[in-house]
Parts: sequence; structure tokens; C-alpha cells
Amino acid sequence: MSEVGITLDSLLGQLLLGLVNGSFYAILSLGLAVIFGLLNIVNFAHGALYMMGAYFGWIALTYFGVGYWWSLVLAPSLVAVFGMLVERTLLQWLYKLDHLYGLLLTFGVSLIIEGTYRYFFGVSGQPYPVPELLSGSTDLGFMTLPNYRGWVVIASLGVCLGTWFMIERTRLGAYLRAATENPKLTQAFGINVPLLVMLTYGFGAGLAAFAGVLAAPIIQITPLMGNNLIVIVFAVVVIGGMGSILGAVATGLALGVIEGLTKVFYPEASSTVVFVIMALVLLVRPAGLFGRET
Amino acid sequence: MKRIMFGLIASTVIAISGCSKSNDVDEKVTDGEIKIGVLTDLSGLYSDIGGQGSIVAAELAVEDLGGEVAGYKVKIVSVDHQNKADIAAQKVREWIDRDGVDMVTDALNSAVALATAKVVAEKKKIMMNTGAASTRLTNEDCTAYTIHHAYDTYALANGTGTAVVKQGGDTWFFLTSDYAFGHSLEADTANVVKKAGGTVVGAVRHPLSASDFSSFLLQAQNSKAKIIGLANAGGDTINSIKAANEFGLTKTQNLAGLLVFITDIHSLGLPVTQGMYVTSGWYWDLNEETRAWSKRFFDRMGKMPTMINAGVYSTVMMYTNAVRATGTDNADVIMEWLRNNPQSDMFGTNMVLREDGRLLHDMYLMQVKKPSESRGEWDYYHVRQTIPGADAFQPLSESRCPLLSGQTG
Repeated sequence: MSEVGITLDSLLGQLLLGLVNGSFYAILSLGLAVIFGLLNIVNFAHGALYMMGAYFGWIALTYFGVGYWWSLVLAPSLVAVFGMLVERTLLQWLYKLDHLYGLLLTFGVSLIIEGTYRYFFGVSGQPYPVPELLSGSTDLGFMTLPNYRGWVVIASLGVCLGTWFMIERTRLGAYLRAATENPKLTQAFGINVPLLVMLTYGFGAGLAAFAGVLAAPIIQITPLMGNNLIVIVFAVVVIGGMGSILGAVATGLALGVIEGLTKVFYPEASSTVVFVIMALVLLVRPAGLFGRET
Repeated sequence: MKRIMFGLIASTVIAISGCSKSNDVDEKVTDGEIKIGVLTDLSGLYSDIGGQGSIVAAELAVEDLGGEVAGYKVKIVSVDHQNKADIAAQKVREWIDRDGVDMVTDALNSAVALATAKVVAEKKKIMMNTGAASTRLTNEDCTAYTIHHAYDTYALANGTGTAVVKQGGDTWFFLTSDYAFGHSLEADTANVVKKAGGTVVGAVRHPLSASDFSSFLLQAQNSKAKIIGLANAGGDTINSIKAANEFGLTKTQNLAGLLVFITDIHSLGLPVTQGMYVTSGWYWDLNEETRAWSKRFFDRMGKMPTMINAGVYSTVMMYTNAVRATGTDNADVIMEWLRNNPQSDMFGTNMVLREDGRLLHDMYLMQVKKPSESRGEWDYYHVRQTIPGADAFQPLSESRCPLLSGQTG
């Protein structure tokens, strides 16, 4: 335990930092929730896709001089294409089988991706500079927040809101929801369900890559970076309720804050607190906080 | 009849024992070759500091030996222990029982090293450890067959801690990885800091492989300590340093990395690491010999060697020197010879093996160069101070190695 007294200022600072971390959880768990909701696949490759996004950003900058802002658009698009290829060639054969098969396949895929990156780039990782526009920091009174961290919160909330709007308020979203509910009937109405499924997986993969680029200037880009995060993100999705979009986002942010507070009061437990909460939630509400019991 | 039987049995027994005795004398190197096992992490988080580079270093040594010593072929075998102590121990057992491995080197990650040391001692072979940091290898868990080669937590703490306090960094706050290695590094350094006249104002323990360090660093910032000691390793150190720069800590406080490898500096870049103190057992740019060797290494690996890699080369040289001089691969004889004959190679000169297994050699206090001072990739350190082996490592009088009781008390 820290021997430094806890002041209101430092508490506010920690809350804000928790929100920043929560933003990453939110984007990643959102992608997982969307994929699970529509494909019934527990996408274990999500961490690897997140890492791929960060690496695309780094490769683009180092070898082609393509800056951060372009990467923010390009990396998710490329990873989305990669995701769609995986869906078409591998995942589509598993939808009728037990969840376990999808989990095992995507786990295998993530091992292959990570191994390949490790072979080419080693494990120490690569540095990525903070973009010019967002460098520096702002004095908020209670703490000095690096501008980039502020941008992370804004960008991820924007993306989450956009995703929610698309799924809940647009025609495409309505098709998606219909296909989730009853794929056969939806197909009977002349809607191309396999195409929808492919696009959804691509979109989920793109979200992971977006988080990857967003994280690149903050943490060292290494082939194992997704590994450290993915287990927590799964816990977030389970707490929020598998497949619930609102649940994933709200839980992601809330857990980021709770984790941040734990880091102040009892740092040793900060890696466990999420799982303790998961166990408690599962005991009380097995379908998760926002999930519907069926 | 009974008498005949007795005579037969007795003569057979004598014949057998006679045979085995003459075998011992004739065959000085069992199975007619010297096999050296590079036990390392080829795929995980330490594969950049040991890994393939350690295998290449061992191969370079074999090349320099012309592939043989005293008429026996020298062979290198290697395995990926995946940083798991049980896998490492099982593999080493197999190596010794089935493949006739005589010496195990690298063996990085302290848990792996401690597990391997037991197996090696039980089988009466030798472990020359260049990879692990834990001082337990030459204290509670010392064996008559362990040589701790390149560095340990005591030497790191001692080098960096003393130097930083001397430069005026007399108040410390620790950012500590929450497991045995981190705790012992923190304790060792805290002792050194206090001994040098500094004070420790606090510490925060973070989980291994934490995803974000900003909140821990904010606590370090609030402590107002002049120095933030990073008692962690690998990716955790890298991400701590990155976050410290991002939050502007480095403007008012200084970082002291307690276990930093040159690959970490390479991966972070000089702009964020400049000015930092690092203690190391070796550096590629120390002298003509290290530069020449490192160039050969670079040509194969595309990167410069770490002190662990260079140490592996040195262990192969030391072991084969002993075989050449004694004409045997008997571990007791070799250990005895090494204790009495100080060794010199490109890793260090006049390296002395102590009874507790510690190999005494010079350590170096480095300071990371400013980007403007660096002549290019891998030119990262100013050598600020050479710490003689006798001062760098834990004194024998403080060692808790059970082998010493009765000898030194």
C-alpha cells in the first residue's frame, strides 16, 4: 500500500485516468459484444486484432511515412478486410456448432498472428510518437492531463455512440438485429444474411484495430500487447451481459474507474478486482448486468 | 556345489567391479563429446534479452574453438522453456539423462534458474547461469554446481543505487513489480540507498504485466521523491518509462531503471531514456575485443548482444577451458579447477569463482546518451564507472549459502 496520503486532487486524477483506461475496455468489449451478438462466436482473436491495428499504425509511419490520423482510418479498414477473410475462410463453417469450437479456432488464429509478429518484430516492442496536434498537456487544476489521453476518451466515446446509433437507429442496424433474432426468416425476406455476418465480423475487427492505433502512442507496441488486455475485456463483456452493446460500453467505462480506484487504495488487487466483480455479478445475475435472461 | 557357486559369484562380482573401474579411468569425457544446453525463452517476453541471441553466442564460441576441445567434439543444443519452471526442469532432466548434456547455460528467469539448479546438482552436472537475476542462486539455494555468471539483483541495486544517491538523488519512491523478483530488487536497492545516506519515502506495488502505469506514476509524482526507482523488468519497465515521460514526471523527477537491458533502450529510443543510469555486466562497446565479437554477433542476429548473450559465450569458453586443462567432464573436478583458476575472455578479465557460486567480474555503471551524443543505432551508453567485482557483488560474509557454513562460519 502506498504510504502517500490520498488527497481529493489525486483521487480525481485517478478517476480520470480510470476513465481513460475504461475507454479502451469499452471499444474492445463493444467489438466483442457485437460479434458475439450476431455470430455467436466468442472471438478470442480480438486481442491479436487490436495488436495488428497498432502495428499497422507503426509500420505505416516507419516505412511509408503515413501519419497518425491516416492510420486511424487505414489500419481499421485493413484489419477489417483481414477479419472478413478470416470469417469467410474459417469461421463460417462453425456457426452451427457449439460455442467452444469458435473459441478454440479464434484462439488458434490469435496464436498464429502473435507468433508471426513476434518472429518479425521481437518482443521488446516499438515506440510510436504522440501526434504533434495532441502533444503537450492541459492543467485541469487537480492534475495535468496529457492532451492525448483526453483525446482517447473523446474518440472512443464518439465511436461507441456511433456504433450504438448505427445498430439501434438505422435500417442496416435493423437488418442486423433481425438477423440476430432469426437468421432464417430474415434471409427469407431477401436479405443477404451471410454478407451481413461477414461485414459484422469485419466491423468488430476494425473496432479492435481502432483501439490499437489509439493505444499506440501510450503503450509500447508489442506482439503480446493484446494478450494482457483481452482477458480483462472478456470479463467486462461477461459482466455487461454477452452481446449487449450498451452493457459493454457502460461496464467498460465503469470498470476502468473502479480499477483506477483500486490502484490508489490497494494497488496489489488492481489486476484481480475486475474478476472479483465478475464472480459477484455472475452469482447474482447470471446473464450479466445488462443481459436478458433467456 | 555351494562352494563352486560362491566362487562363481565372487569372481563375477570382482570382474564386473574391475571392468567398471577401468572404464572410469579410460573414458575421461563420458560419451566422448561435450554437449552444452542453452536453456532459454525463445518465444515469450524475455526472448529479446536471451533467446535466439544466446544460441548464436554459444555457436560463436564453438566456432572459436574450432568445433572441439581436447579432441572431443563440442555440440550446442537448445530448448524453449516458455518461462515455465516445470518445463525447464523436466527438459534439463531429459537433456542430462538421455542426451548427455554436460553444462546448462543462459537459464534466464529466476524461477527457471532455481528449478534447474536443483536438477543439475542432483545429476552432478553444471549450470552456468547468465540469465537470471535472483541472488537466491548464491544464497539460500546455492549448490556446488551452480555458477552465477553475468549479474544479479544485488549488483544492479548496488551500482545504480549508490551512483544515483551520490549524484544527489537522495529521496526514493519505488515502483515495484508485485512478485518475488520485484520485492527483492526493491529491498536490495532500499538497503543500498539507506547505506549511502538516502531515504525511501514510499513504494507502490503493481501487478506483473499491468496494462497501464499512469495511475501508479501519479502516486509516485505525489510522493515528491527526487528519484523513482523502477523495481520491475521488461515490458513493465518500458511502459513505466513511457508513461513517466507522457505525464511530464521526468521534468521534475528522475527515473532509475534497476533492471534495464540494452534492448529496452533500443526499443524505447533515446529521447525518452536519456540521462538514465543503468548497471550492466557488459556492453558491446567496451573495448576492441567486445566490439569485434559484437560485430560477428550483429552480422547474424541483426542486433547487438545483451550481457546475457555475451555471458553465454563466456560460459562456453570457461567450461571448455576447464575440460582442456583437466581432461575430464567430471563436474566436481571442473568446478574445483574453475575455483582455482581465474578466467579471462571478452566478457571480462580475471573473473574469480567464489565458493558460493558467484563469479566476480567488473560491473559497469552506464548513463544513457542524449540523442545528439549518439553516433547511431546501438550507441547508447556512456560508461561512467567501472565497479570492481569485489565491490560490485554481495560480500561473501553476507552470503547465506549453506555450503559456506563450517568454512567461513
